[in-house]
Amino acid sequence: MAKLPDQLNNITERFGPHLAFNTGVRLATNVEPDKIVKTHCCFCGQQCGIQLKVKDNVVIGFEPWEEFPFNQGMLCPKGVKRYLQGAHPDRLLTAIGRDESAEGGFRPIPYDQAISRVASEIQRIQSAYGNDAFAVLSGASLTIEKAYLMGKFARVALKTAYIDYNGRLCMVSAAAGNKKAFGIDRAANPWSDILKTEVVWISGANVAECAPITTNYVWQARENGAKIIVIDPRITPVARTCDLFLPIKPGRDIALFNGILHLMIENDWLDHDFINDYTVGFDAVAEHVRSWTPRRTAEVTGITERAIRQAAEMWGESKSSFLLHARGIEHHSHGVQNVLGAINIVLASGRIGREGCGYATITGQGNGQGGREHGQKCDQLPGARDISNPEHRAYIAEVWGIDEKEMPGAGVDAYEIFRKIDRGEIKGLLSICFNPKVSLPDNDFVARALDKLEFYVAIDFFLNESAYHADIVLPGSLHEEDEGIVTQTEGRVIKINKAVDPPGDAKQDWRIIQDIARAMGRERGFTFNEPREILDELRVASKGYIADYSGVTYEKIERQGGVFWPCPSAEGGDDQHQDHPGTPRLFEKGSWNPIAKGAGPFYFPDGKARFNVAQYTPPAEDVDEEYPIILTTGRVVSQFLSGTQTRRIGPLVDQYPEPRIEMHPRLAEKLGVEDGDWTMVESRRGRITLKAQVVTTIRPDTIFIPYHWAGAKSANQLTIAAQDPISKIPEYKVCAVRVKKAETAPDWAGGGRRA
Amino acid sequence: MAVPSHMEFFIDPNRCIGCQSCVQACGECDTHKGHPMIHLEYIDRAHSAQTTPVVCMHCDQPTCAEVCPADAIKRTGDGVVQTARKPRCIACNNCVLACPFGVPKMKTEFQLMMKCDMCYDRTSAGKKPMCATVCPSGALFFGTREQVEQLRPRSQPVNRFQFGRQTITTKVNMMTPKVGQAEYVDVTAAMDEEAIGKSIFLNILSVVGEDLDDSDQG
Repeated sequence: MAKLPDQLNNITERFGPHLAFNTGVRLATNVEPDKIVKTHCCFCGQQCGIQLKVKDNVVIGFEPWEEFPFNQGMLCPKGVKRYLQGAHPDRLLTAIGRDESAEGGFRPIPYDQAISRVASEIQRIQSAYGNDAFAVLSGASLTIEKAYLMGKFARVALKTAYIDYNGRLCMVSAAAGNKKAFGIDRAANPWSDILKTEVVWISGANVAECAPITTNYVWQARENGAKIIVIDPRITPVARTCDLFLPIKPGRDIALFNGILHLMIENDWLDHDFINDYTVGFDAVAEHVRSWTPRRTAEVTGITERAIRQAAEMWGESKSSFLLHARGIEHHSHGVQNVLGAINIVLASGRIGREGCGYATITGQGNGQGGREHGQKCDQLPGARDISNPEHRAYIAEVWGIDEKEMPGAGVDAYEIFRKIDRGEIKGLLSICFNPKVSLPDNDFVARALDKLEFYVAIDFFLNESAYHADIVLPGSLHEEDEGIVTQTEGRVIKINKAVDPPGDAKQDWRIIQDIARAMGRERGFTFNEPREILDELRVASKGYIADYSGVTYEKIERQGGVFWPCPSAEGGDDQHQDHPGTPRLFEKGSWNPIAKGAGPFYFPDGKARFNVAQYTPPAEDVDEEYPIILTTGRVVSQFLSGTQTRRIGPLVDQYPEPRIEMHPRLAEKLGVEDGDWTMVESRRGRITLKAQVVTTIRPDTIFIPYHWAGAKSANQLTIAAQDPISKIPEYKVCAVRVKKAETAPDWAGGGRRA
Repeated sequence: MAVPSHMEFFIDPNRCIGCQSCVQACGECDTHKGHPMIHLEYIDRAHSAQTTPVVCMHCDQPTCAEVCPADAIKRTGDGVVQTARKPRCIACNNCVLACPFGVPKMKTEFQLMMKCDMCYDRTSAGKKPMCATVCPSGALFFGTREQVEQLRPRSQPVNRFQFGRQTITTKVNMMTPKVGQAEYVDVTAAMDEEAIGKSIFLNILSVVGEDLDDSDQG
């Protein structure tokens, strides 16, 4: 009975979010820590190196880790205050079970009893409705060992086809676009190549707030003479001082890329040798962009023709370049097409696969890269293998010691899992590292779906808002309570080191998963004693295919300051793979990969990259008379994703306490809204009342709301569940809304008062 | 222990992204734990995302110390102006009002003026200040003059400032652009439907920098 408890106030009083500040030993000076542990930040895809100071099994502070090559001691405010998530008053120290009579709606229960209940509920649901009636939702903030184990657990222990993960909200458009164009899904270059380039093109990436340390690479490139081009509907902090800013209308990126390619062809800013020797499909794309004249491009994108021509010239005439994009072009119902459009202008320039010439998406989640490679995606098996490919199935079945016929087929994406729950096809759910009630679009629908489940078990260290609906919550581990590997945005595999033990009954997540498997009588294949053993199995499981980790070891990571995959193993490889150091830069001429086998640098049998026609279509929900304004959503620097951690860290909450509605003064004037006014935004799915922030740094036809908050402050009450047909990423970046000055303050702000 | 003279502090507002990493990290320093001393301000948020961090400039002749009636503010031999001495400070606020950079903070709960001391516990022990170590955009930088010349060829350090008739030289340097002219930018400038004629090339360089450079040379 996965219903929301009746008394929500009691829940927040008991389980938070409460704010942690540095007090006690964390505030005392000259405290000598018991140890200092070199590890990484728990938040974004950059995975900055950090040293955690530990005293009496508590992380009491941090010390910059200046020797780690990627960030050299640099941290954003989240990294600085990350240590305050430990020893937190909201921490789940026991398993809890739903009990309406208990304070907060949940009662502590013995861990073993909770595990038994979970196992028996899974078995009850699966025997009554079939194996596929139980689904798993996982996450890309988990280490690779855990992410791998989740995929194996779903397919081997639960035998369900229905597992997917929150990278569905994050990385999938880039992944699908990269696979279609390059045959491999990874940043093509290490960030050190940004420093050596003449033009940095940034499309839909609020680098300063979402990947702050990457800013330093961009600024250093500028110091070295590079021009910076930023494409965004808002003048973000990196746009403020760029050389050329294109204020694109949300949802029109393909038009811009096609228009740029049109001008590249018209002016012959092309690398014909590269196009002939290393790509296929250029002619069809050239034909397609013929109609994308500067005039038409300007009309669709809302950017002046002059600026489009300037961008094309800067890009076209450059000798080297690095194109970066992020969710701004990927969170669309045509996100994959956007990515393909971006890749087309890179391929036409021939500027990839060598020093100072690069392309990458900026990963969002901590393990956004590694978490999408090893089988927690609905259609994927470890090593970036395909669950529908008979050879791949056979190989992994052998690694797992199961009959290939027992392995389920491809499942569905995370949002479709909720539609299946809504339709009654899925009756039970296990979630870990995922807070869909905050992070999925149209989240009122998500909440209603959660209420329909017969049984819902969540694993988390805090009671996240989705877990409010759970029957059982199992106390999982924080980042600093376990070890394992993570692949950050460059494709660099790094090592998370354990600093403290989980408190109380809390357990490392892989132990919890194995305990459930054991309680179900399916412990075979789930008897790992430490993460290193899981990695050893993953190294075998990933061996020989695209995302080859077989040569990745904890020791090599420590020795080299990280290992860029692909990193094939020494044993059994041919001579060139002996003690492989990893592959920082992909697609170098003459490079070898297991698909092309020497035919060329790209991951297709002929070794050539693919141009793909990028077809422009407007957003799924365009503005109209009733809903005349575009809503776009994104992040702020002091919060992270659904805020389960960062909304509990006092200094980060103080920095940006509540979401605000960014709007241009021209729009504000039309609406009669002034800076600081309570303002209501309404879409076809929901409404929200927040304070307006009136700034000239956003297009007048667009408003922006950050998405990290829950309940009445959640931007995803408004967003649309339209998805890309290929990647299934939701369209967070465009929907239609209407906006007006609110008559009263919202309830959470002591509503009823006149605004 | 003292701060080595070849290690210098450079502020580069041009690079600031307003993330407040410096502010958050400042509160982690042992000399003023829990109390960030950095000021990070939006210049004019209604019209720009521009922010700028202000640490103590550590003046050669600190105005704060000159106006202190209790002789509570000391500049150590390595040029670092320290927080007021607790036994002497009378919390009169003179220093707060007098500092031309607006740096000192009156902590009424302690009856004490506190200010950035360049992380004296760290810099006097061979480490970098916390803020300049974590700053993700290089807006705060601690290193040698040679390093900064190599890393920032487009700008130059300035450490002389004119406030009315008062000329102040400081231990901390402000990076200023070597050439160019600042331009004002509105998002609508490059929009197709309503181009209003402002430059869409954002030239980051400032004429003010040249002036300062001249006075510095002179």
